[in-house]
Amino acid sequence: MEPRNLLPSSLLDEFPILKQTINGRPLVYLDNAATVQKPLCVLDAVDHYYRTDNANVHRGVHTLSQRATDSFEAAREQLRMHLNAAHTHEILWTRGTTEGVNLVAHGFRTLLQPGDALVISTLEHHSNLVPWQMLAQATGAELRFIPLLDDGSLDQDAYASLLDRRVKLVAFNHISNALGTVNPVRDMTAQAHAVGAAVFVDGAQAVPHSTVDVQELDVDFYAFSGHKMYGPTGMGVLYGKTEWLERLPPFMGGGEMIDQVRLEGSTYAGLPFKFEAGTPHIAGAIGLAEASRWMHRVGLERIARHEDELLRYATAKLQSVDGIRFYGTAAHKAAVISFNLDGAHPYDVGMLLDQMGIAVRTGQHCTQPIMDRYGIPGTVRASLAAYTTVEDLDALVDGVQKAARMLL
Amino acid sequence: MSPIEQDIVDEFDLFDDWMAKYDHLIALGKDLPQMDPAHKTEDNLIRGCQSKVWLYAECPNGLLHFTADSDAIITRGMVALLLRVVQNRPAEEVAREPFAFLNAIGLTSHLSPTRANGLASMVKQIKFYALAYAANT
Repeated sequence: MEPRNLLPSSLLDEFPILKQTINGRPLVYLDNAATVQKPLCVLDAVDHYYRTDNANVHRGVHTLSQRATDSFEAAREQLRMHLNAAHTHEILWTRGTTEGVNLVAHGFRTLLQPGDALVISTLEHHSNLVPWQMLAQATGAELRFIPLLDDGSLDQDAYASLLDRRVKLVAFNHISNALGTVNPVRDMTAQAHAVGAAVFVDGAQAVPHSTVDVQELDVDFYAFSGHKMYGPTGMGVLYGKTEWLERLPPFMGGGEMIDQVRLEGSTYAGLPFKFEAGTPHIAGAIGLAEASRWMHRVGLERIARHEDELLRYATAKLQSVDGIRFYGTAAHKAAVISFNLDGAHPYDVGMLLDQMGIAVRTGQHCTQPIMDRYGIPGTVRASLAAYTTVEDLDALVDGVQKAARMLL
Repeated sequence: MSPIEQDIVDEFDLFDDWMAKYDHLIALGKDLPQMDPAHKTEDNLIRGCQSKVWLYAECPNGLLHFTADSDAIITRGMVALLLRVVQNRPAEEVAREPFAFLNAIGLTSHLSPTRANGLASMVKQIKFYALAYAANT
């Protein structure tokens, strides 16, 4: 297959961090599912905010505070557009995907009782599993799990059979961080809605790689992290449909989230502020909005096609390595290649690749149940981003071949 | 540095690139004597983040004797190096061992507790055994 970089290599000029050597070799960064690097425009936006506009938002009448508030709320509108949400107040700022899951799981404590059930996929990051376990424990609700097929896709027949009127919420990811599987979100959501269950989707791996339209998917909640979509760390988004956000109680109490405060009790602010106690991560929101604009300038569809092309190329080329075994071979997958060399521990492969300047992730990827399902201690995971090139993947294949010769 | 440690440093000096160094580490890992499966228990497991390491020690005649294993070969190589330095030495000596050779052969970066390989935990566990036996003799 003829390798193609669908995005121009000039894109690399926007990521100064990538131009360094590690252990004497040019850095090949393939740990993008953990976090992606940030383009200059995002660094500049954060820097500019602190240099020129820094003030606390929403309360000040002075000009700086007005400017900070304008940028902060414009950032929310940018993310609304990014997701095609119906309303700007449906975009809640969080610290990341994990906080989004916890906010919803905490809120559902008031809505569940013994006899109710939650359906969770077994393809989840621990962050989209543990909060639901805590919710089940607190309320006496039953946990039901959607099993995994050998190719790393969810067993859709089993899913259908798990759904009944007792199910109040279904949680699964859009794209698996460990295996790259793309789940049929729209179809799974429609089935959940048919029994009256709410749908929570972990979109951490999907937002960086594809166009996400929450109205088209019809999900009730959609959470993701800014740092995986070219934005700053410590910043994330939880999208929620208005009717659900109105039903859920606040997650944290404090300033910014209140309407009237008396010693005996308080009334809460409206959406989205009811869920945003305390001074928010203003610079993070501004940086994330710039990341979103950057992705649109490059082109969401172009990023997706570029990564798909490279994924196919790298997968085909890695097949030439003796003893390689892939995990996650579903027909519909994105941006992640998870593999092992027969007879080698993933940690050994990762150590040798690091010596060659190649950054991959090894281990369980915070998905212990998936690794248990395959009976392995972990995998080596190479994950792609918009700036990934054919040359990066050639270096990966060379590196894996070298590691195989050394270890086997 | 003890003569054994100096030997290790000289051995690694022979290699001029990282591949040869790691090849050697892998060879050491393959040569590490098998651990008695009866000692590969949950109790003897040191939890590093990614690779598993089992470590067991006895102290006949006041000298420590370690056996160990890992599911990752490079980790096994590192264990083999550590054991060469501490094997058959008095417990109170091992308790004070600074493992200076790790720095000399460029493996100190693996000692940081944030590294996922558990080398720091292995060193800690070796010393824990040494202290426990030293206190009992």
